[in-house]
Amino acid sequence: MSVAALRGPGFPRPRRGGRDVARLAPHELFAVALQGLRTRRLRAALSALGIAIGIGAMVAVVGVSSSSQANLLATIDKLGTNLLTVTPGTTFFGANEVLPNTAVPMIKAMANVQRVSAVYSVPNANVFRTQFVPSEETGGIGVDATDTGLVKAMNSTVASGHFFTAASENEPTVVLGAAAAADLQISSATGHVQLFVGGTWFTVIGILNSMTLDTTLDDNVFIGLPVAERLFQVQPSPSEIYVRANVNDVSAVSNLLAPTADPQNADGVDVSQPSNVLEARAAAKGQFTTLLLGLGAVALLVGAIGIANIMVISVLERRGEIGLRRALGATRRHISSQFLAESALLAALGGIAGLIFGAIATWVYSIAQNEPWVVPVYALIAAPAAGLVIGAVAGLYPAAKAARLSPTEALRST
Amino acid sequence: MSAERGGVSAEPMSANGVALELRDVVKEYPGGVLALRHVDVDIETGDRVAVVGPSGSGKTTMLTILGTLERPSSGEVHVAGRDVVKASDSDLAGLRAYEIGFVFQGFHLQDGMTALDNVANGMLYTGAPVRERREAAQVALERVGLGERVTHRPQQLSGGEKQRVAIARAIAKHPTIILADEPTGNLDSKSGRAVLELLHELASEGATLALITHDEHIAETFPRRIQMRDGEIVGDERQ
Repeated sequence: MSVAALRGPGFPRPRRGGRDVARLAPHELFAVALQGLRTRRLRAALSALGIAIGIGAMVAVVGVSSSSQANLLATIDKLGTNLLTVTPGTTFFGANEVLPNTAVPMIKAMANVQRVSAVYSVPNANVFRTQFVPSEETGGIGVDATDTGLVKAMNSTVASGHFFTAASENEPTVVLGAAAAADLQISSATGHVQLFVGGTWFTVIGILNSMTLDTTLDDNVFIGLPVAERLFQVQPSPSEIYVRANVNDVSAVSNLLAPTADPQNADGVDVSQPSNVLEARAAAKGQFTTLLLGLGAVALLVGAIGIANIMVISVLERRGEIGLRRALGATRRHISSQFLAESALLAALGGIAGLIFGAIATWVYSIAQNEPWVVPVYALIAAPAAGLVIGAVAGLYPAAKAARLSPTEALRST
Repeated sequence: MSAERGGVSAEPMSANGVALELRDVVKEYPGGVLALRHVDVDIETGDRVAVVGPSGSGKTTMLTILGTLERPSSGEVHVAGRDVVKASDSDLAGLRAYEIGFVFQGFHLQDGMTALDNVANGMLYTGAPVRERREAAQVALERVGLGERVTHRPQQLSGGEKQRVAIARAIAKHPTIILADEPTGNLDSKSGRAVLELLHELASEGATLALITHDEHIAETFPRRIQMRDGEIVGDERQ
């Protein structure tokens, strides 16, 4: 029988420059690398774990901070960025300025202003459950007079009862801020609860939810301005004015507020935007993560060293296989790319596992904190990609070592 | 198709009729060990040669140089008409992928794979698609009498069967040269004889066979025997 007769079903030979060329298609390389990992599953899983922990820690850090940022931003969105506050500033010599009585009606008359509400401090009034409580035990609760529009201006809500109406603001009635209600141990506005305010009995008609845009108000109780003027001789000079501007005209309104509030002394008026403070706080939450990301990077470095270590051991153990592959027609480059692919694939799988760990950790955190669950979209790409790159770098030395191995020596080893 | 392929691969050898050629080959290993000292050998296409000698005589070194797994320190080597000394790493890899089938004493089968995939993997670096490789592997396993064992893994096979899988892996791509290094060394005498007969039978279909052994009885079954000692050829006889 001839040589040709021996040949059964054949396959075309890729040729270059008149010579047969050994080839390994990318998908075959992938299959070889996968096979290499599958035959040593436990070892592969353990060495991928290092990368998984590192990437998982980083994803969790980024996810948790994104979740709480998202929570703050959602709060800001809900409360609106169009709230402006006007307060009396301080003089050049440090004394407090006073806003004129005309400030509120002047601002109400401005274009592009939706709502205006003001609070007026009632300086000498304190709040007690009964008249028998010693007068020093004020509990730090302040008394403010206000108008009927405060809750709407703050985008807040009433937890119990109701806020002032045109009728009740003239009567000795009181509405409690969230923290003040807790301090006074009043959880409900029903049942004619009475408080002793500045020497007069007031009926509690409402309890407010927390006012996120200005939480200092939560510590106060509110009475109607007409009552305050009548009983406590409060001057209608606002201590703080809350202004809702049209969303698209916030900065224009902001610029005009000071001269409108006090045309005589615009420099004595401070104007601010509370949502800016919250946005700054959200940004600060992002800053805090840098340190934790650094810790994740250290875990990744340790994982990478672990992979390099395992791959070096693997090369030594698999000398027989390397020799066989060379005998079967693998070039040095085929051998090095096989080990490089194994290492990269291993770490990429670790990266995917880490992404899942991190996402689960973030999910648990978000449930515990009652925050939205956010894993940044870039993490879905970055986590496996980071694993791939780390694995490829960690695999460089073992791959080069495998390629340098003499096939003869490798075949003799078993 | 198969006839055309046979023609292509046979071409370089038919030019001189010599499949394997060593000219004044010296192989020195680091540390000054001379494994081959000025060796000259011609092995013709289709010939069957046993290389005999005690351990350390340089016969394995000669086989690895013939198999292009190593290059000589000096001298000329031609395999299937190609100059091994001048060829690039990838040229030699191509030569091994298509022209040379190796059979080792230690089988070198991969444990995690079936017999079929072990044989199919023998053609991995030819670039042939896996379906074609499996078809060729099936044919080769049937050829060595293991048609019923294709799904078995190496640990489920006896030593003789493992070596037959390794032989199937070597012949599945229809190499023109088969190089065997003590293929019966790890086998009992009965399965050793069977493996040897199989190799003779396959080689008689047209391939060139060079086999290394330290066993004179095995060498006697070959038409040509080369005796080696201390890195030199001390005898070359034909029946």
